[in-house]
Amino acid sequence: MTNVAKRTFDTLVIGAGGGGLRAALQLADAECHVAVVSKVFPTRSHTVAAQGGINAALGNVSPDNWHWHMYDTVKGSDYLGDQDAIEYMCRSAAQLVYELEHAGVPFSRLDNGKIYQRPFGGQSREFGKSQATRTCAAADRTGHALLHALYQQNLRAKTHFFDEFYAVDLLKDADGYVLGVLAFEIETGEPLVIEARTTLLATGGAARIFQSSTNALINTGDGLGMTLRAGIPLQDMEFFQFHPTGIAGVGNLMSEAARGEGGYLLNAAGERFMERYAPNARDLASRDVVSRAIITEIREGRGCGERRDHVLLKLDHLGADVIKQRLPGIRELAMRFAHIDPIERPVPVFPTAHYMMGGIPTDRHGRVVAPAMFGPEEAVPGLYAVGECACVSVHGANRLGGNSLLDILVFGRAAGNHILEYLRDNPYPRETPPDALEVPLQRLRRWERPGKGETVYRIREEMRSVMERHCGVFRSGDLMTEGIRKVEELHDRLQHAVIHDRSKVFNTARIEALELENMMEIALAAIISAQARQESRGAHSREDFPERDDDHWLKHSLYFMEGRRMDYKPVRLKPLTAETFAPKARSY
Amino acid sequence: MNEVNRVRWRCRRGMLELDLVLARFVDRYYARFTPDQKRLFGDLLTLPDNDLWDMLTREEVPGADEEMAPLLRLLRRC
Repeated sequence: MTNVAKRTFDTLVIGAGGGGLRAALQLADAECHVAVVSKVFPTRSHTVAAQGGINAALGNVSPDNWHWHMYDTVKGSDYLGDQDAIEYMCRSAAQLVYELEHAGVPFSRLDNGKIYQRPFGGQSREFGKSQATRTCAAADRTGHALLHALYQQNLRAKTHFFDEFYAVDLLKDADGYVLGVLAFEIETGEPLVIEARTTLLATGGAARIFQSSTNALINTGDGLGMTLRAGIPLQDMEFFQFHPTGIAGVGNLMSEAARGEGGYLLNAAGERFMERYAPNARDLASRDVVSRAIITEIREGRGCGERRDHVLLKLDHLGADVIKQRLPGIRELAMRFAHIDPIERPVPVFPTAHYMMGGIPTDRHGRVVAPAMFGPEEAVPGLYAVGECACVSVHGANRLGGNSLLDILVFGRAAGNHILEYLRDNPYPRETPPDALEVPLQRLRRWERPGKGETVYRIREEMRSVMERHCGVFRSGDLMTEGIRKVEELHDRLQHAVIHDRSKVFNTARIEALELENMMEIALAAIISAQARQESRGAHSREDFPERDDDHWLKHSLYFMEGRRMDYKPVRLKPLTAETFAPKARSY
Repeated sequence: MNEVNRVRWRCRRGMLELDLVLARFVDRYYARFTPDQKRLFGDLLTLPDNDLWDMLTREEVPGADEEMAPLLRLLRRC
């Protein structure tokens, strides 16, 4: 601990998206001394990209209740979601939305003044009977409104912000207590120990491990890397949701609204191929069905373009007026990133990685849990996780639209509440052992090594391409075995990579190197977990095991970095008060 | 080096679309900027993501000052 500066707080939150800020607010309002560390300015977190809205069974447009919402979420998860956490989330939803309203989120309104709600895919009334209308929205920028409101509230409550600090690794003692983190200030490059009796990881998802991704560049899964290096497993990492219509070669989203307004997909023969795959829902079938159809068309040689590597999203038949009035944002994106005006020509699209269902295993209080002496879910003392980096697990094998903003709010608050209890029970800080800093400081110094070697950029792009080809929309045992070998090789090559900027001040090359170390471990976790799961469930689709297999695989995966080994634990099928929703075939 | 690194880091945003546009912009133009232009771009980067995106995508931005206009025109081409 000798010459590294140190700050001490009751609680440390790593990540300033909606989940981290909701928890921080809960704590700061309770007079807890709380710090938030963020590698970018807090209001630039990926939460701003959540446009759709928040699900809550308010029943403002049509009758609704939390139990139907719970059913939809369990079914949507392909029965891999934990039903106690799902019940808790769906029951809390309405209250959380009203709290947000009071915190200043400008929700869109119905004519009668109540909060506006819109229908989304996967929502139903009376357990699957008819479409529900459950998603509360603040126009098309719900995430942005929510994040800004939470940030303002945190400033009012005197939360301390470490802006532009990068967290390197968790600090632990011999008894397994998490005592804070080693970070460094990006501006100066100076390391800083932030000690806290409780640490909450809220670092977001890691869909950047795939070549085509809707995620912002910051989504490198830093908290997941820290967790693995602390000896804690990651859960259900084989489950990544792909969105069928990303702009080919770029990855950003042509939202479902394009197809909702009457747009449809074409292959090289000009055929509206979704009619063959989903005769009823056609182009509006669920995301996984459309994604698989696109990949099948391309693999069977019916892809478009010189390299036959994409399909086309046709909108021009809707006419200039409809496109300009109802899809202006989509037209803007197509023109800017595909250089195509959809009024004139169809847009090249390809499935793109969108959301990570797996993550750091937690219980419904946000406590990080791992197998230990007395069972598979023992709390790691002092460590919490919420949001996309956590796997609580409410999304199971597949997330429903409108449930991710709800997830971050519900479990952000729950973690805040539980942390307060923990702080009451553990009033005194534990001492950080003198050697706790050795390994994280070595990780930092490793990138100061001079000499020749491959660049971080090249290894990163190769890794993303391998993940896309070997662990993408369609998977098979052979393909993934080869993929694992390739990622392992890239992992080894990364050990010898160099960066050419060895300055201290604003050394972004070093940050990108540390980010890639995290992404590489996550890629291994994802592809090894995927290769082990011999069934198809939700977003995980195996050609060699096309059916869901509840007898053998109704269980959560746990991946450990040490030995790159798998373990499993049961799905929590028993809700808090409701009856269990027993697994059934999932059809819409 | 440090200065352009700092600008590049502040071009890391919450939305992929902004990441892409701002990176292109810095690659193409930043090295040739005058100190005044650099300051203006720095100011622009302090805006919230959605406001920044609106400025880059809407033809006319109410309230945008004249000093900023040439910069915005360049950004809209990226």
